[in-house]
Amino acid sequence: MQTLAVRIWRGGADGDFQRYDVPRRDSQTVLDVVTHVQRVIDPTLSYRFSCRVGMCGSCAMTVNGVARWTCRTHVSKVAVNDTLELAPLSNLPIVKDLTTDMTVFFDKWASARGQFKGDKTRADDFANVVPETPARKAADAAIECIGCGVCYASCDTVSWRPDYLGPAALNRAWSLVNDVRDTAQNERLRAIADDAGCHACHTHTSCAERCPKSLSPTAGISGLKKLSARAAIRGELD
Amino acid sequence: MKPSTQAKLWYAQRISAMVLALCVLVHLVTILYAIKSGLSASAILSRTQGNAAFAAFYGLFVVAVAIHAPIGLARVVEEWLGWRGRSLGIVMLALAALLTAMGARAVWGLYGG
Amino acid sequence: MAVNVSTNGLTRRNDWRARGNIGYAAFVAHRISGVCLALFLPIHFWALGSSLKGAAALDQFLSWTDMPLFKFAEWGLVVLLTIHLGCGTRLLLIEFGRWQGLRKGWIAIAIAMSALVGALLAAILLAK
Repeated sequence: MQTLAVRIWRGGADGDFQRYDVPRRDSQTVLDVVTHVQRVIDPTLSYRFSCRVGMCGSCAMTVNGVARWTCRTHVSKVAVNDTLELAPLSNLPIVKDLTTDMTVFFDKWASARGQFKGDKTRADDFANVVPETPARKAADAAIECIGCGVCYASCDTVSWRPDYLGPAALNRAWSLVNDVRDTAQNERLRAIADDAGCHACHTHTSCAERCPKSLSPTAGISGLKKLSARAAIRGELD
Repeated sequence: MKPSTQAKLWYAQRISAMVLALCVLVHLVTILYAIKSGLSASAILSRTQGNAAFAAFYGLFVVAVAIHAPIGLARVVEEWLGWRGRSLGIVMLALAALLTAMGARAVWGLYGG
Repeated sequence: MAVNVSTNGLTRRNDWRARGNIGYAAFVAHRISGVCLALFLPIHFWALGSSLKGAAALDQFLSWTDMPLFKFAEWGLVVLLTIHLGCGTRLLLIEFGRWQGLRKGWIAIAIAMSALVGALLAAILLAK
């Protein structure tokens, strides 16, 4: 039987790779490989997954050096000479093995003012948002993010300045900037024009290249740069 | 740094970049032409002395560069050398002043020298 | 593969395998050329400023530039300037133009433009 030589990161940040031999199967995903190791070879292996079908965004790992959803990545697509290297996502603190602590990642969504703030109550009628308007289209393009962290782990600007808000949080802010119902716009622009905000982005475009949902945080970040700069000139960020 | 300062610096760098894009294009053509037709001091000075269009164009070029380069360099230093804050800002402001002064001296030299 | 651990010791960092996208290469070319140009500028201004002391001083400076190494450095700087212009125009289009994706065509334009200017300049310099 054909086998895969899989190197998996074990331990915390000071851990190391360990080798496991896993039977190669047809239509095998990288998540299948990890699950085999945990169920058959070493039950102490820690990893995170839930839906297995690309809906939840919890199974992202570094596969042969590149951040990916393991459930939607076929072994045949990434294995080199029947070898795989699996590590936890970069740029996030390692809890153990393939599991990272995503607290900072989500805290940055909050500090980028990623919450909707409206002024209507349940007594008010529905807001009418015309689907064809440019703002609604821009929001549509950004809104499918499920927060898997692949873009954040792929971003070198995050590695270079760990306080940088990162592509996912800024993408979220961009979808709200284009929400005509939202009433916290200047507050949001102040939050994302901060020292470690959108202007720190250097358009490496790794986020857009790696996003498993083919979103382009680069588009939103560019929009935010321009909007917040113009607001600053008008004195609205002071 | 205040968010508004950050945003304004970014804008200044990009606006100066737009000016520079045009200036560099003209400059590249000038370089090729100048080298082809001889790079002796008298050849250069005969083209530049008393040429007001030359002085105005390169004056604008110098100002745009003096804005553009220090803002970009500051970012590289922050990310790759880990030096940031007020001291870096002061050094980059000094660099902008130095580039302006040296550039103005060069343009003046070629125009009036 | 060597594992880079960040200074705070808690996270792993990406290596070259995560930087295989062409946009990243464009960023590196843009940054390196920018830093080189910024360092070269004061020398350039100082040299041209020597014309203040008259044609003789400028000629003296220009005579240095006849050295082959200096010629090569000059050639390199002009190529770097073209690369910086091409990559920079792409960034301006991404940030200020209508959103049309990652504008990878402009990376090709930057490469072609710098190759063309480099070849032209080399031809002129070698013909002298």
